[in-house]
Amino acid sequence: MRKTYTILSLLVLFALALAACGTAAPAPAPSGETVTVKETVVVEVTSSAPVVVAPTGYGVTLKTVMERGNLICGVNSQVPGFGFVDANGNFAGIDVDYCRALAAAIFGDPTKVEFRPVTAAERFTALQSGEIDILSRNTTWSLVRDTELGGNFVHTTFYDGQGMMVPKDSGIKTLQDLEGGTICVQTGTTTELNLADVMASLNVTYTPAVFEDADSTFAAYSEGRCDAVTTDKSGLVSRRSVLADPAAHEILDVTMSKEPLGPMVRHGDDQWFDIAQWTVFTLFSGEEFGITSANVDDIRANATAPEVRRMLGLEGDLGLKLGLTNDWAYNIIKLVGNYEEVYNRNLGPDTPTYIPRGYNSLYTDGGLLYSPPFR
Amino acid sequence: MQREYKPDTTIPFWRDERILKILGQIIFALSVLFVGMLIYQNMKAGLAKQGISLSYSFLKGVSGFDIAETSFAYDRNSTYWQAFLIGLLNTLSVSVVGILFATILGVILGVARLSTNFIINRLASFYLELIRNLSLLVFLIFWYLGVFLKLPRVKDAILWPGDIILTNRGVGIPWGIPTASFPTFRLILLGGLILTVVVFFALRAYSQRTGRAPLTLLWSLLTFVVVALVGWFILPEKPLTLDLAFVKGLNLSGGKILTPEFMALTSGLVLYTAAFIGEVVRAGIQSVSKGQVEASRALGLNGFQTLRLIVFPQALRVIIPPLTSQYLNLVKNSSLAISVAYPDVFYVANTIQNQTGRAVEMISLVMLTYLLISLLTSALMNWYNQRIKLVER
Repeated sequence: MRKTYTILSLLVLFALALAACGTAAPAPAPSGETVTVKETVVVEVTSSAPVVVAPTGYGVTLKTVMERGNLICGVNSQVPGFGFVDANGNFAGIDVDYCRALAAAIFGDPTKVEFRPVTAAERFTALQSGEIDILSRNTTWSLVRDTELGGNFVHTTFYDGQGMMVPKDSGIKTLQDLEGGTICVQTGTTTELNLADVMASLNVTYTPAVFEDADSTFAAYSEGRCDAVTTDKSGLVSRRSVLADPAAHEILDVTMSKEPLGPMVRHGDDQWFDIAQWTVFTLFSGEEFGITSANVDDIRANATAPEVRRMLGLEGDLGLKLGLTNDWAYNIIKLVGNYEEVYNRNLGPDTPTYIPRGYNSLYTDGGLLYSPPFR
Repeated sequence: MQREYKPDTTIPFWRDERILKILGQIIFALSVLFVGMLIYQNMKAGLAKQGISLSYSFLKGVSGFDIAETSFAYDRNSTYWQAFLIGLLNTLSVSVVGILFATILGVILGVARLSTNFIINRLASFYLELIRNLSLLVFLIFWYLGVFLKLPRVKDAILWPGDIILTNRGVGIPWGIPTASFPTFRLILLGGLILTVVVFFALRAYSQRTGRAPLTLLWSLLTFVVVALVGWFILPEKPLTLDLAFVKGLNLSGGKILTPEFMALTSGLVLYTAAFIGEVVRAGIQSVSKGQVEASRALGLNGFQTLRLIVFPQALRVIIPPLTSQYLNLVKNSSLAISVAYPDVFYVANTIQNQTGRAVEMISLVMLTYLLISLLTSALMNWYNQRIKLVER
């Protein structure tokens, strides 16, 4: 009997402790009252233990990252050129380099990143729950994801479109040729929805074979489970490079959708959103102004153009406005490079995953990359 | 000296054990409720902070994705709820097929394990030891990537006797297609079923009256088969026509096409679970003491009668409870379908969760579904267990 009561009283104590935590967290502040929001922030951080969702609020993410001493970045580990573990066990790809650029902006050290591979299915939950600080995993910007999934998309880093790959000897040339066929696709992607949309509008009947991740999708495709495989064209190019016989497969000359790929941050921390956003713009502007990791020191020493001087922190305090140091943009370009360098390193002509720049050129070259002014 | 009895002094309630016991129960129930509420509120507050509200109304929305194996008409314009039902039906079909074949194979294995034939005995032991010590996930992936996807492509299809076509797009088997007279045939079958039940109870009543033990189940089943056969032959048009599977363009057509995903999942689950059922059956048979067999032989029962009337009824009492957990395991293990791309309920729910971002709702729905399936299976098995257990007077 005594034992029962001991357990019971322990339980009650436990419940009370939980209750204390629960009551310490105030109700969400009404929007528009900045002062209340800031109060919320302070309490949140101290009583975060039983809270399922990561604390958000202006400045929280940067503070957390700074205190932790590294950035946790959700990436892909299966798409060469975007997010991939190379032969030496290092992460590589443009999405990965974006994370390094962000770490360079915050810490002045691109190695202060922990890469956390996430699947297409778990990526949004990982971001919502605060397991990762930012998601940089060839994720398509769409309205539902922008709203319901509790995240905000940063500026697009790669403009893509959905494509279809078939074995060359299949004789398939158009989507209509796939009538009655089976198509491999990955679950939890916009690709899966586009496929259904496009095939319905073309009135082509097909059977989907839906897989959990890119590896199993392409493994099944190469075993001949499907007549075709569909994903973003960049993904097709990069996955083709690791198939047993890349030359035996061709990507059909059709684009099934718009796929703007870019990083994503949690709702509720505008400062973090700005930092992520302007890291992208720094990469663009670096290329636009011809600043590379090789010449950035020279340019910093001799720059006269006011915008370049502002960007590199010689004039004004743009970095401080973001909550960073004034040499943040200099660090990005010095330590990681500009957009062109990042692109060529991962998707350039010398790589097995070569993708022509197309829309991913500067606006001055007829592409879509355009940075707002640094002022 | 004896103390005087004073009826007006009652024990104060904080020392009254009866009240304390009830009070303890109430406090415990309240604290459980309180903790549950706290967790729920915490989750709701957290989600609200993200601008996400908890609601199941999204299930009425248009899904927008296609599913490979559908048991009723479904396309991208159907709702999330219909997609979920497709997944549920797929889970149920895998479970039913799996339980059926696993039981048959399991009983064979269990008996083989006890066989006095050295080779059969050793082979069965080898199989049981091998399979029971594998990881099911690895086993399933082996069946998928290592067996069914390694079958030849459609144009080099393997043809097996019985018009079975084996390709890496699926296994095509002949299948019956209902004709105009099928509804009539269905009525005949229903009549046969009723007659079967009547025969079953009549034989049981006879057995109880006379003390003889006729082959109740066998005769009842035979009644059904006879009715079905008579119905089949007296109808002017055959109720089912045989449809053969054939190669058509890129894929198989006609007959019944069992996809590699379905084949891999059911083969894996059946072969895996059968190994455990085999051990359960062996344990059950061995639990019947040797004296029982000797006594029955002494009474003049032959070997088959001994097995049917003495050993099996007693073995069943030992077998049923662990068999129930094996059935439950099979149903729950079917959620590994996701590893071989078979659209079961967990898999479809995962897709829905992905496309809508409703993680909490979908996971709770899936948990509830598995709970209901398991409780139902368990209730059925418990009812059967009650029926066969030793009646103590």
